[in-house]
Amino acid sequence: MDFISPEGLRLDGRRPLELRQLQAEIGVVEKADGSATFEMGNTKVIAVVYGPREVQSRSQQQHDQALVRCEYSMASFSTGDRRRRGKGDRRATELSLVIRQTMEAAILTNLLPRSQIDIFVQVLQADGGTRACCINAATLALADAGIPMRDIVASCAAGYLNSTPILDLNYLEDSGGGPDLTVALFPKLDKVSLLQMDSKIPLDVFEKVMNLASEGAKAVAQFIREKLMENTKQLVLAKGR
Amino acid sequence: MGEPMRRTHFRLSPSQKERLSQAQERCREAAGSVHASAFVNVGDTILVDYENGFLRGHGTQLVDGQLLATVCGVVERVNKLVSVRPLRARYNPETGDVVVGRITEVAPKRWKVDVNSRQDAQLMLSAVNLPGGIQRRRTATDELNMRDLFTENDLISAEVQTLHQDGSLHLHTRSLKYGKLENGHLVKVAPYLIKRLKQHFHQLKQYGVQLILGCNGYVWISAVPPSSSEMEIDQKPADSESRQPGAGTSEGQNVEITRDLRVRICRIANAVRVLGACGFMIHPDSIVDTYEASLSWGIEPRQMISGEFHVRVVEREAEQRSKKG
Repeated sequence: MDFISPEGLRLDGRRPLELRQLQAEIGVVEKADGSATFEMGNTKVIAVVYGPREVQSRSQQQHDQALVRCEYSMASFSTGDRRRRGKGDRRATELSLVIRQTMEAAILTNLLPRSQIDIFVQVLQADGGTRACCINAATLALADAGIPMRDIVASCAAGYLNSTPILDLNYLEDSGGGPDLTVALFPKLDKVSLLQMDSKIPLDVFEKVMNLASEGAKAVAQFIREKLMENTKQLVLAKGR
Repeated sequence: MGEPMRRTHFRLSPSQKERLSQAQERCREAAGSVHASAFVNVGDTILVDYENGFLRGHGTQLVDGQLLATVCGVVERVNKLVSVRPLRARYNPETGDVVVGRITEVAPKRWKVDVNSRQDAQLMLSAVNLPGGIQRRRTATDELNMRDLFTENDLISAEVQTLHQDGSLHLHTRSLKYGKLENGHLVKVAPYLIKRLKQHFHQLKQYGVQLILGCNGYVWISAVPPSSSEMEIDQKPADSESRQPGAGTSEGQNVEITRDLRVRICRIANAVRVLGACGFMIHPDSIVDTYEASLSWGIEPRQMISGEFHVRVVEREAEQRSKKG
């Protein structure tokens, strides 16, 4: 299948190095400590953060750092074929773990001993790149909750189809069978927090795709920064004095 | 405009949305005295005078000699101390704060209290006044009868006694003004909207309503207790030792509250809710102001938590601010 037309356009009309349109909204759930939705094209994710709060089961309490928990789920209406997807299946368990580890690396857990932070992530619309989108939404929600972090985490996926590195795959490209990888990084500290790839590719190609994903993540980071700054300004200026 | 606003949790029609974002814009312009560099994001560099030295405060970290913010908020500088104050964070306790909390657990010799903090606060049995105000060592019998004082889900007002290194905090209710809260209405708002003041207990005599603005964002609204209407709540009467705790309310009894008073309490509560939703500072003046506005516009208490009232409150605030500036 041709994923890139002779004119150099992808199935959805993007260029190979183009991100999808980004959209985000902060503070979507009133009762939560922090919440956000994040959209990358047609992929839409909501993330909700509760905490830091008292640990629910005493045996899990850690006296020197916070306990971070994450629950990933997919709404049954998020894909074309309506299917009941719980939070218990293999994919969801793996993704919960990945998101938890990525966010835990960012949160300064040692500043919040004996407390617990819950991150709930749900995919509302799935169109490829849900992993990256979940991480971006979780970052926004954690920042909204005022939880101290080393740096924001920004994430983006990239793949290799028709001998071309391609940024931010959508569902069709994702299921095209080519290799794809997800990167999450700390833009200010210039460190990688997550790098996931499930297929084999030559090393020189990997480097290209990896660089492309990093560039994409940095662009996402810039967008996240702008959104957060807008939100902070709005809150401060509304308060006045 | 253009700038998307933070979601308000009232249903708004398109024209109301338009009016709201315009009013918010005017509010922002009027408050525009804050310098742009005062705002930081997570991971932003904070400008400091490296030559003369500085002290690293809360909300900051040092990476390769650079001072970075760890939360989104406003940079505050006190002499050499540089810190970042987050906005919508959980309650950050300080000794001496007045808080309103809910008992979550009765544990040996202590109560666990939810005060919207990073962990539940502890109220020791030795940090409460015994009924009758007798001063003595707490015995095993007292421990067994702890549920007579406060049980799970009771609301209390208390003061922060000490903060510990591990983030835990201890409360005390060793004053007549603190204790169990009954026959009233609790409203929760974001803690950053409540300023630390000398006075957190307020009596709005004109309405017969008492207000406790907990520093943790929990606001308690109730009728003025009959016994304290003659005296100032802060001045302890001479016979204070012999009276029961609980800010003068007769404990464990449901006091008859007239319909009129209930309506006034609801109106105050909704005024607090709307101010919280608008993100405006919450203090007695602003509450009374919103209350009076709702009366003069002829709005029922239940209509106060609708989109229209919300928009009008923001518009009114914008007008007031632009007049001042």
